[in-house]
Amino acid sequence: MTATTPKARGIEEVPLIVEQIDPELERRKRLPIGAWLAGGWMVLIMGAALLAPVLPLNDPNAEVASIPKLAPGQEGLIFGADGNGRDMFARLIFGARVSLTIAFTAVILALIIGGLLGLLAGYYRNWIGNVLASLFDIMLAIPALVLALALVAVLKGNPAENEGGLSGQVILIIAICIVSIPALARITRANTMAWSKREFVTAAKAQGATSGRILFREILPNVLPAMAYITLLGIAIAIVAEGGLALLGAGVDPPTATWGNMIDAGRQDMDEAPFIMFIPIGAMFITVMALNYLGDVVRTHFDVRESAL
Amino acid sequence: MAGTGTAHLRDASEALLRVEDLVVEFRSGRKQKVHAVTEVNLDVLPGETLGLVGESGCGKSTTGKAIMQLPPPTSGRVVFDGTDLTQLSGNDLRQVRTQVQMIFQDPISSLNPRRKVEEIIAEGLDIWKVGTKEERAAKVDEMLLTVGMDPEVAKGRRPFQFSGGQCQRISIARAVITEPKLIVCDEPVSALDVSVQAQILNLLEDMKAQYGLTMIFIAHDLAVVKNISDRVAVMYLGRLCEVGDPDVLYAQPAHPYTAALLSAIPVPDPTVRPDTRQTLGGEIPSPLAPPSGCRFRTRCPRADQVCKDQVPEMTEVAPHQYVACHHPIAPGESVASVELAGARA
Amino acid sequence: MTDPSPPPEPTAPSAAEAAPAPPVSPGEVLLEVTDLRTTFSSPRGPVRAVRGVSLTLRRGRTLGVVGESGSGKSVLSRSIMGLVPSNATRTGSVRFAGTEILNADAKVMRSYWGDQMAMVFQDPMTALNPVLRVEQQITESLHEHIDLTKKQARDTAMQLLESVGIPEPARRLRMYPHELSGGMRQRIMIAIALACGPRLLFADEPTTALDVTVQAQILDLLQTMQQDRQMAMILVTHDLGVVAGRAHDIAVMYAGRIVEQAPAASLFAHMRHPYTEALLRSIPKLEMSKHTRLDAIGGRPPDLVNIPEGCAFAPRCPHAQDRCLTEDPQLVPDPADPDHLYACHFPVHGVLAAATPVTVGAASGADAGASS
Repeated sequence: MTATTPKARGIEEVPLIVEQIDPELERRKRLPIGAWLAGGWMVLIMGAALLAPVLPLNDPNAEVASIPKLAPGQEGLIFGADGNGRDMFARLIFGARVSLTIAFTAVILALIIGGLLGLLAGYYRNWIGNVLASLFDIMLAIPALVLALALVAVLKGNPAENEGGLSGQVILIIAICIVSIPALARITRANTMAWSKREFVTAAKAQGATSGRILFREILPNVLPAMAYITLLGIAIAIVAEGGLALLGAGVDPPTATWGNMIDAGRQDMDEAPFIMFIPIGAMFITVMALNYLGDVVRTHFDVRESAL
Repeated sequence: MAGTGTAHLRDASEALLRVEDLVVEFRSGRKQKVHAVTEVNLDVLPGETLGLVGESGCGKSTTGKAIMQLPPPTSGRVVFDGTDLTQLSGNDLRQVRTQVQMIFQDPISSLNPRRKVEEIIAEGLDIWKVGTKEERAAKVDEMLLTVGMDPEVAKGRRPFQFSGGQCQRISIARAVITEPKLIVCDEPVSALDVSVQAQILNLLEDMKAQYGLTMIFIAHDLAVVKNISDRVAVMYLGRLCEVGDPDVLYAQPAHPYTAALLSAIPVPDPTVRPDTRQTLGGEIPSPLAPPSGCRFRTRCPRADQVCKDQVPEMTEVAPHQYVACHHPIAPGESVASVELAGARA
Repeated sequence: MTDPSPPPEPTAPSAAEAAPAPPVSPGEVLLEVTDLRTTFSSPRGPVRAVRGVSLTLRRGRTLGVVGESGSGKSVLSRSIMGLVPSNATRTGSVRFAGTEILNADAKVMRSYWGDQMAMVFQDPMTALNPVLRVEQQITESLHEHIDLTKKQARDTAMQLLESVGIPEPARRLRMYPHELSGGMRQRIMIAIALACGPRLLFADEPTTALDVTVQAQILDLLQTMQQDRQMAMILVTHDLGVVAGRAHDIAVMYAGRIVEQAPAASLFAHMRHPYTEALLRSIPKLEMSKHTRLDAIGGRPPDLVNIPEGCAFAPRCPHAQDRCLTEDPQLVPDPADPDHLYACHFPVHGVLAAATPVTVGAASGADAGASS
């Protein structure tokens, strides 16, 4: 364990420190089984949503059942048919396609914009940082649902003259994205502030690193786990938000299948055929649970240990 | 101390670093100001190690950071190698900073937990694109060997896999790799066990000899500072008290604060009864409203009206010993708090 | 319940339970630890933090426990006190005033904590609750163990703050921890620990986070309190200098074991274990001239999961021989001094005077190692 190094000129008896680095520490922490389940569900639902057009599914908007509200399992429709006789299973998958696209695109856009603003606000502790921080606070003070509704209303404009305007999906993406930015920015900012105080940042400055290098090479990698966690949580919230907006009539226009629209449509038949509403609710519930759980896994798994013992 | 004056400075042309009238103030709340460093004058000759000692809150670390311009001081000049760093900004400052490096107290906080050891050490070379990638990698290996670590084992790992002492070795490798002229060591061994502390102190001495470094060594432990320094400056509440050769200064401290600091060091000898030593009472006053005149007067057994009215000037009391005190302890004078230090020397 | 300031014990040695080895001294035996072992379960395997420690502590005595980080010194005091996490298992025996308390249930232990034994922690900032005023934190323990009115508790708190040397106690009681300096916080911690008049005080690196001047104040305070109240005290530190003048007995720990234990004077005068000697030699001393090369101990303490066979210190020991690598030395009394115990096959004959290393100038270090 102690050896003299031939190359180290002029250094007497330098003990080579090679012991003590336990190979076990190297091994990645094992993922809990729940993480595999949650991850598996997300792969399944996202894969199905992505491949929906090429999968052997019924047209989600065609009346395929002999009667409306056909019970699950009959006529080869495993989830039955809705009030218009449309295949519930096909609608669920095509609905996932729209709902998940909206949620993922909106939150990832928000992550890029909010994360960048949060990094800047946390790193520059001068007027730039203060202005940005106040902006986030003001936006957070407005109830998110109200803000989203208002944004949808403004973006949709007058339906009569809505020729060549934005599609319903894009409007929802923009609205949910804007609503998500301040929360993502706040979390990023708080983490950035904490890491900016660390001495390795001072050390990087002392070596002549530029601010950009410090932000993206020193600070960002440390803030990323927190950002990933809040993003997964944000996507879960966005999925629920799409449903909520649909119920308030501010979602994607029917008959497009989305999970929100399916729940909204199922409401009228709740007494006779509750499955029409509960199947999309169930899908939404499992997806939101899986995302939340994955968020926790990301946080604990990537939470680097800073010191042995 | 609390003193001012430049009697202890040497010829400006000889010094690698010369700090003149350094003032660092922070705003605290609406109207209050923290007087962290007040009118400090220092110089370091090439190849010299200057020890900067004092209690926490005395401004020693702030002085070190102000020299690095991290952040720049409120006023004063920091002349390094003929250039006033306070006049530089942007790229010029970034360029000069590679000549002055820092080693920090907290070995964990000073290394980025997300980056591999080889990336951490190579950072200074990467920023300035020194040599080819292969040359940089070879240099990293060489540095790791020099600080006593096996490059094959260490370079691919992340900081959390190392002990505090090993992290400090990595920090030293990072600081020295760009071959700076001056290294500011900010309490580099305060967080370490005594056994590891000795390893790191020896390593710093070796690195200094091998790379011809000039060092500023900041610490609160006088024994550690004496061991490594060619010259010691004692600070109290933002001002300098006493400057001198450690062998002289420790044998016959002239400033009552230096004497008090010396007597507070625990001695690993049970025959020295601690209760026979006079410990310094009270605590360091708030830098928000430092005492007038000599800043040490509120805890000083010798304080009188002059100390309240006038800031003491740095004067030479013995060869290579400068003190800012109105009533310095004369050589041979018996003061309760110096007895022990004198007796053992 | 407990008398806050017990009278000094008469010097009659209560020879009720004859302790096997440790030093005999006046005062009753308060704490008796026999073959205490603490093991933590971890993903890497069992972490053997304390590996068979026996010690006896009498009333009015201070035991200094010295070791590097990872020597198990902090785990030892927490194991005695029962403050261990749930993944720890303890075996052996801990007898406090004659009662076995190892593995006593939480309710029983709570009646001991604060009242009979208390601890002063290394970092007062994390040990104090940041959102509670000083007064609440001091009186909390008082209310737990003693029936007091609010007024009485407040008065007691004031007296305590005064006794630990805090000026303007009435004003400090209303403050929050962050409004106080490090030294003040540690004084508050001591006041909290002393609130119910414990008979045994653990001080776990109480001055490591403090400046030298404040360190001296706090150590003086602890010593005064220990003498005034005739408490038994366990002072845990990594610095031999801290315990040298302030502990009656010193136990040096390495890799979860006591490797040398003796009255302070005898330990420093005739150290027998190479590790103790190496620890002392690694401390820079004021009387050394500048640039004296320090005698560092190479390497680092063993991983407590994989403790080497034989003597745990052997891989770092300059005197190690083949026997040390295979045969684990036992803690035995020095034939010349039965109070002085050590665990070493080839003990040194170190004396304090010998601890002055050779002076090597900084410049001469450059050619010293040009070996190849």
